[in-house]
Amino acid sequence: MPEAVTIDRLTKKFGDFTAVDKISLAVNEGEVFGFLGANGAGKTTAIRMLCGLLLPTSGSGRVGGYDIYRDNEKIKKSIGYMSQKFSLYGDLTAYENLWFYGSVYQLEKRVLKERIEELSGDLGLGEFLDRPAGKLPLGWRQRLALAASVLHRPKILFLDEPTGGVDPVFRRRFWAMLYDLADKGTTLFVTTHYMDEAEYCHRISIMHHGRIVELGNPAELIQRYQQPNLEELFVHLISKRSSEPTDA
Amino acid sequence: MHKLRFIAHKELRHILRDPRSLIIAILMPILMTLLYGYAINLDIKNIKLAVIDFDRTSASTDLIGRFYNSGYFSKATGPVSIDNPEMILKKGQANAVLIIRPGLSEAIQKLKNIRNRAGLAIDKYELGLIVDGADANMAAAAGSYSSIIVSQVIKDNLPPGFELPGIKISRQVLYNPDLKSSHFFVPGLIAIILMMISALLTSVTVAREKESGTMEQLLTTPVTPRQIIIGKTLPYVGLALLDGILVLVFGVFHFGVPFTGSVLLLFAFGVIYVISALAIGIFISTVVKTQQLAMMGAMMVTVLPSVMLSGFIFEIKNMPLILQIITHIVPARYFLLIIRGIMLKGSGLELLWVEASFLILMSILLLSVATKKFKLRVG
Repeated sequence: MPEAVTIDRLTKKFGDFTAVDKISLAVNEGEVFGFLGANGAGKTTAIRMLCGLLLPTSGSGRVGGYDIYRDNEKIKKSIGYMSQKFSLYGDLTAYENLWFYGSVYQLEKRVLKERIEELSGDLGLGEFLDRPAGKLPLGWRQRLALAASVLHRPKILFLDEPTGGVDPVFRRRFWAMLYDLADKGTTLFVTTHYMDEAEYCHRISIMHHGRIVELGNPAELIQRYQQPNLEELFVHLISKRSSEPTDA
Repeated sequence: MHKLRFIAHKELRHILRDPRSLIIAILMPILMTLLYGYAINLDIKNIKLAVIDFDRTSASTDLIGRFYNSGYFSKATGPVSIDNPEMILKKGQANAVLIIRPGLSEAIQKLKNIRNRAGLAIDKYELGLIVDGADANMAAAAGSYSSIIVSQVIKDNLPPGFELPGIKISRQVLYNPDLKSSHFFVPGLIAIILMMISALLTSVTVAREKESGTMEQLLTTPVTPRQIIIGKTLPYVGLALLDGILVLVFGVFHFGVPFTGSVLLLFAFGVIYVISALAIGIFISTVVKTQQLAMMGAMMVTVLPSVMLSGFIFEIKNMPLILQIITHIVPARYFLLIIRGIMLKGSGLELLWVEASFLILMSILLLSVATKKFKLRVG
């Protein structure tokens, strides 16, 4: 299976602090990959390097087949990014936000119009399109952000805690949308704190103090470590590591 | 080009949707013009003058009359004490005291009777003038106005054909014959407002996108930092130029500032100058993270030097050498010379090319540093 993301010993240092420490992994095309870890484990830093927002200190990586050092511009055309912080323009309406992001990807007017209609139908944004994005309820803001990041139909979508602060019903619906995207062939690279969400992933990696401590299929990992569920597995892996001396 | 347009369009929406910033951008220049035009008046008039007349002759009465009728001096607001003339200055009831010693009428009589050049050298008669130096401009003006009046008196009393020995006053004021400070202020104000609006608003708008996280979002899309910067600043170029025109029209039609040169030339330089200001704004926004800091930074880096070190209020040639050197990196310095030249003297490119090339150089330099810095920060 072709690989959407491959990274090899990817490292980012901020001064003396190593935020990401020689992580290696490969994500297959069409896969839903859960990138897990405690707060401050280095997940966001890693995603930012993959999206071209941050230059790695060392190591290598390819996103969509493009080198993360050299082909930054090509990567940007093939990815979508939804950050953990709401990062659309609050003073513009939902529609204007979508229109702006669509035109930044140089979608044709006609195509863009169709896609906005289609997406707002799928995501139930219809009645909110003419409201300022900043005044939308949290859940709809997240849907809007998702819509903005997939307008150009990216091959790979990076989602950094997309469901933070949203109620469980909403989260479930949000994941249904993500699965729809995956079914259409989009590769999803998701970070989350919610272990029930992680179970939806084909594969997960667990990060701690900048390193990947485990990687595999959720069910298999639970079995291998003989833990009752993913949450226990996560706590087990993290606390095991935390008792070891670390320099971070 | 395509993407630039969308970013500029979006930025315009932000501006139009936020009435407060729009009001600031439009109203502030007008308020500043009024403030500088009326409140801060550098024309020195109404110097309060007290007179102690020991001579008490028709000659002294004539002299006093000349002072008060000159238009520069007005009567002191309190009595002056012969024993302690400084007191009236301390009380603030006068800015200057003229002391007419006895012998004025004899001295004038002698002037009238001069028959040959040798006679000019003989007798010396001195008037006394005590000036409150706390206001240096006022003091200097009081001194020079007085000497003009006195030399006029001497000239009027000399027999025909005689000239003042040694003193030949040929004061001729060019370009701003009425010495109106509004003529000097309005061009300077345009320089400052253009700098302020462009640098302030751009640094704030870039900082705002950083603060809200939209900059990060934008940078994961195929737009380049350069496109973001240029797209975002374009609407502000328009806004700044609109403000410049507003002040210009206001200055010309309300304060009667002459406009003798080429409008087109001024516009061209206005654009170049605005680019340098925008570059400064971008530079600031790469260093700071919040809108508040950006605003303060822009005020410090643009407004202060543009007011203090551009020649707007203080003449550059009177500054200490170190400050004179610093003025060379203040874009307002060059633009000020250009705009004053074009408006008041009708100068063309043949006279302004030195300032013009400095300004262009400065803009290119600032813009390249700013875009480079912006890229680095993002990477």
